[in-house]
Amino acid sequence: MLRIDCPCCGPRDHDEFRYGGDASVMRPAHDDADFEAWYRYVFVRKNPAGAHREHWQHVLGCRQWLIVERDTRNHSIASVALARNPSGKKPPARKPSQ
Amino acid sequence: MRRYSALSILANGLAGHRHWQRAWRAPEPKRSYDVVIVGGGGHGLATAFYLAENHGIRNVAVIEKGYVGGGNVGRNTTVIRSNYLLDGNTQFYEFSMKLWEGLTHALNFNVMFSQRGQIVTAHSADQLDFFSYRANVMRLNGIDAEILSRDDVRRLVPYLDYSDTARFPIHGAIMQGRAGTARHDAVAWGYARAADGHGVDIIQNCEVTGFLRDGDRIVGVETAKGPIAAGKVGLAVAGHSSVVGQKAGLELPIESHVLQAFVTEPLKPMVDHVVAYGADHFYVSQSDKGGLVFGGNLDGYNSYAQRGNLGVVREVAEAAIALMPCISRVRLLRHWGGVMDMTPDASPIICPTPIDGLYLNGGWCYGGFKATPASGWCFAHTIATGKPHPLNAAYSLERFRTGRTLDEAGVGPFAWLQ
Repeated sequence: MLRIDCPCCGPRDHDEFRYGGDASVMRPAHDDADFEAWYRYVFVRKNPAGAHREHWQHVLGCRQWLIVERDTRNHSIASVALARNPSGKKPPARKPSQ
Repeated sequence: MRRYSALSILANGLAGHRHWQRAWRAPEPKRSYDVVIVGGGGHGLATAFYLAENHGIRNVAVIEKGYVGGGNVGRNTTVIRSNYLLDGNTQFYEFSMKLWEGLTHALNFNVMFSQRGQIVTAHSADQLDFFSYRANVMRLNGIDAEILSRDDVRRLVPYLDYSDTARFPIHGAIMQGRAGTARHDAVAWGYARAADGHGVDIIQNCEVTGFLRDGDRIVGVETAKGPIAAGKVGLAVAGHSSVVGQKAGLELPIESHVLQAFVTEPLKPMVDHVVAYGADHFYVSQSDKGGLVFGGNLDGYNSYAQRGNLGVVREVAEAAIALMPCISRVRLLRHWGGVMDMTPDASPIICPTPIDGLYLNGGWCYGGFKATPASGWCFAHTIATGKPHPLNAAYSLERFRTGRTLDEAGVGPFAWLQ
């Protein structure tokens, strides 16, 4: 089992998470008419043997999308960050609901 | 190459087995070849064999990073079938099946091809309807297919769960009687020996580290044993197509994923067919040594590690027990992983590449073993003539640009969902 250190929930087994693929792939702007850009977005992957930035969603936990940097040769995880806040800062504490 | 025969076994047996020839030579690489094939797995060796056999191109080297039979050709679950639905796949895999049927004789090497039949169970009326559609497509293409009722299935494979408490009751099945298994190592060794017999140099323990270029054209490979010039270079390194392709400047629609396989302790003969579970991802056959050989889903994230994760072991075991409760106490002997080229449409790639002098055979997802003979046949044709054979015309890289994908899995460009 991979152990992913979720910024919200702490270290958890990877089968609590859903894989979301290569996080370095960027969607072209919706009005981008460049066919190549769309082809590359949909199909082409770097698929490195080594460090890979990838999306995981903690579906059985906080449901946050994460960006995990993992070595595809040995599964060692170098970093985990929130996908919407990839600088790695912790999200602000939520106010308790009224 | 001395031919194997009943007489040679007898003569060598009487002589104490001291005079067998090496099955293939261990040559030092020459400085130049007409064709260099990168990758000494089943597909690469078959390509070299058919280049010599069908096209008379014998000045060929197969360059292998490890040893022959150490990659996916020795790691699969050996199932051979031709029950594909989509035009392009249907004909290609049936051609492969026909080559399998004559392979032992063509190679003078017993690949132990056993046409024991494959049964895929259906677990709803709708699924059985879909299987009927598939069977009709197969029969219209001249491929054998039968639809079995629940009673037929029960008669053929009585050890599945037919109880009232089965989570997914069996409604029927689709069966291909000519499907079966082969001894995977023998396929690698047989092609290696037959190719070597035609003069092909098989160079093991020699990694390709880069490519030689003349302008935009690729004119050879850099290897651990020095540069080797080549008129044409063919890649047959499925699992690592992206890694080797990148060295040549190819960008590919491929992700590498790990698929696990399992074998249990040996049992008395029980599973006479290849049985696949229609309600989950699980397929099983019994080896000649008695072990149940089975597999399931991908681990589900990019991986070049040739080993899998325990979560999938549990999932596969659950699916196994749901279909075959009788094996719940059987112990696993081994499990292992192989690295797959997963393409966005679950279909392979055999084609010339945009780079002059470079040809690609890859993207086999987890269906490469059954395709080995046809893949070698078509790739050899593609390399020899510069154009695809009609059977692999649909397997171009261009199909992703033009929208002519062969979406056999139907999940879109999310390899880990296949």
